Amino acid sequence: MDKHIYMDHAATTPVDASVLEAMLPWFTNEYGNPSSIHRWGQRTDYAITTAREEIAEILCCEADEIIFTSCGSESDNLALRGIALEARELGKGNHLIISSIEHPAILRTAQELEHHHGFDITILPVDQHGLISTTDLKNVIRPDTFLISIMYANNEIGVVQPISELTAIAHEHNILFHSDAVQAAGQLPLDIEKLGVDLLSVSAHKFYGPKGVGLLYAKRDTLKHSHQTGGSQENGLRAGTQNVPLIVGMARALTIVAARKSNDNSKMKVLRDKLIESVLDTIPDSILTGHRTCRLPNNASFAFEGIDGNELIMHLDLLNIAASSGSACKTGNPEPSSVLTALALSPKLSLGSLRLSLGRDTNDSDIEYIQQVLPKVINNMRGAL
Amino acid sequence: MKNDRIAVAMSGGVDSSVAAALLKRQGYDIFGIMLRLWSEPGQDNNGQNRCCSPASVSRARQVAAILDIPFFVIDSREEFHKNVVQFFIDKYSAGLTPNPCLECNRNIRWGHLMHKALSMGATRIATGHYARIIQNEDKWQLLRGHDNNKDQSYALSMLGQSDLKRTLFPIGSYTKNKIRSLASDFALPVAQRQDSQDLCFLADKDYRRFMHDYAPESLNPGPIMNSSGETLGQHKGLPLYTIGQRKGIGISAPEPLYVLSKNQSDNTLIVDKLSKLGKSHLKAKNVNWISGTTTKDKIRAEVQIRYTAKAVGAWIKPIDDNEVEVEFDHQINDITPGQAAVFYQDSVCLGGGVID
Ligand SMILES: Cc1ncc(COP(=O)(O)O)c(C=O)c1O
Repeated sequence: MDKHIYMDHAATTPVDASVLEAMLPWFTNEYGNPSSIHRWGQRTDYAITTAREEIAEILCCEADEIIFTSCGSESDNLALRGIALEARELGKGNHLIISSIEHPAILRTAQELEHHHGFDITILPVDQHGLISTTDLKNVIRPDTFLISIMYANNEIGVVQPISELTAIAHEHNILFHSDAVQAAGQLPLDIEKLGVDLLSVSAHKFYGPKGVGLLYAKRDTLKHSHQTGGSQENGLRAGTQNVPLIVGMARALTIVAARKSNDNSKMKVLRDKLIESVLDTIPDSILTGHRTCRLPNNASFAFEGIDGNELIMHLDLLNIAASSGSACKTGNPEPSSVLTALALSPKLSLGSLRLSLGRDTNDSDIEYIQQVLPKVINNMRGAL
Repeated sequence: MKNDRIAVAMSGGVDSSVAAALLKRQGYDIFGIMLRLWSEPGQDNNGQNRCCSPASVSRARQVAAILDIPFFVIDSREEFHKNVVQFFIDKYSAGLTPNPCLECNRNIRWGHLMHKALSMGATRIATGHYARIIQNEDKWQLLRGHDNNKDQSYALSMLGQSDLKRTLFPIGSYTKNKIRSLASDFALPVAQRQDSQDLCFLADKDYRRFMHDYAPESLNPGPIMNSSGETLGQHKGLPLYTIGQRKGIGISAPEPLYVLSKNQSDNTLIVDKLSKLGKSHLKAKNVNWISGTTTKDKIRAEVQIRYTAKAVGAWIKPIDDNEVEVEFDHQINDITPGQAAVFYQDSVCLGGGVID
């Protein structure tokens, strides 16, 4: 019972020890404002420039195409709002397309653009595994479509979209393409050229970096409008003094994952598959949510018939396992998430979701412990009805 | 660590927070539960029940984090609406003055919450009530809280042996002051004075407005009479009045008039002078004897007719297993049908019933 198993790495990850070490001096010894002219400012400016270059290297893009933000949600907001404002100003169109499994940072932002700013949005459906079809995308494109935003990998069900196929379609029609890569960044290739995206959101805390820092890649000359006005930091695209230590930490974390992710991924995939198979084998009336193969190496997500996902999380917490559920809400509001709704699961299944997300330190014995307790918990919960 | 796993009902307030901290210190394996309760949608309360507002949820989570215990919010909106809110509407509509807290304790805390807690492997639940439980030979007894000003046993008088056996009241032997100082010893955040949580599900504190909105059909105007049968005016619907009420009757008279009774059968409101308000007799139904055994003989006890009333010496005469008559030693005001009459011998709560 003394084992504590954190299986919620899709929610957030611990900060890597060497990331922490890289950040520390920038809190204390080096505190200058990077916009200041003196050497104090010069040194911190140098730190963020270096961070920007390191990140550009990994993303295969130019350093001035990276805009530092305060989180993934802000990157998503900046992309959608900035591009929408530009389209409005230049009369480039009024229609944007998102998918039905976007994170609220995209979904609510798009809805807000629709309700308060008169844009039209189309929410593209997904198939039962969460995949977007290229035909569907082609069918909803309109002459006035100016932006398509489709996430790289989904946070709840781990499904990975064929981004380069989708961006190719967008570009045939001269439409900008944004992708929320917050879940993908720690595990999937981030080569901007191969992906073909025009904008891409990333958040550090999903890959062993600190919380409260993110970035938006924006291809040169695509983004001209900020949604946060003030000073001219970040090329005038994001006002506010940069958070130097966190930016340094994000660059370090991204460099570390870039180097080790192929190893970590193969290790996690083996464990993930073992977990998925045993859950589906040993627990009746259970399904895997998301696609069997097009999925994040660390994501194992399920739905169990007749189970309240919130309650399942509580039972697992009592067994010292941290997990999460698509219907989970710390305030006790059991409604299936929009992602699970988009999969058109039967109502019996959609409240009974469970997401177990592995990390690079997850090991065999963690998986064995879960294999051992999860069927019992589900069985007891079903018996108690 | 003790083998008992205990679910603590946490509200974010100081009482339940200290209750949890005390159990944790005693080495129990504990976790916190908060119930999400139904609330009338409204402006003042943001559509949130005052017992589980976002501020109290985050406060309770904060306390759980300090104590390093799991904490969960469980959705009980439907159960609460069905068992407490509907009960409240039905009883008021029937001319009574219900006590929803007792009903919530019966059906929600010692119903839904107990059930969830047991299903999560708890052996007992604990709450931050000012009341005590002791085991006397093979019986469990409910006692008043040590702090007379804070005693909450009245609202717990519907508990039975099987409930008490599975319940802990960790703060019942302390005074409120002591609880506050314990909170600071445990380094727990102490909330600013919380709102009264009476009628926690109303958007405001106005139950009359609530009845207008939720049960308009129950509000039928009818005559106001005095106890000699003279008609004095018109009332706006019996649910809008309570026994002992003076203000808002709408009749000017040389001497102030008080609501004496509400006559549901002919929809009349009986009012009269203060001197007529007193009664020395009541009948109580749905009687619960906490010991689980009923008596046939009349017994001597003190009887409390409201949460805040003083207990008064009385004889209790059982009519049958569910009904008793209570003869008070002297007249008391405000005996209100629908409220609980709760029986005590010294600090032992014997049980109670609903005033008829
Ligand atoms: C897909 C996706 N987009 C956006 C976000 C928001 O990121 P952040 O928490 O950094 O604002 C998250 C994180 O939960 C996410 O999983």
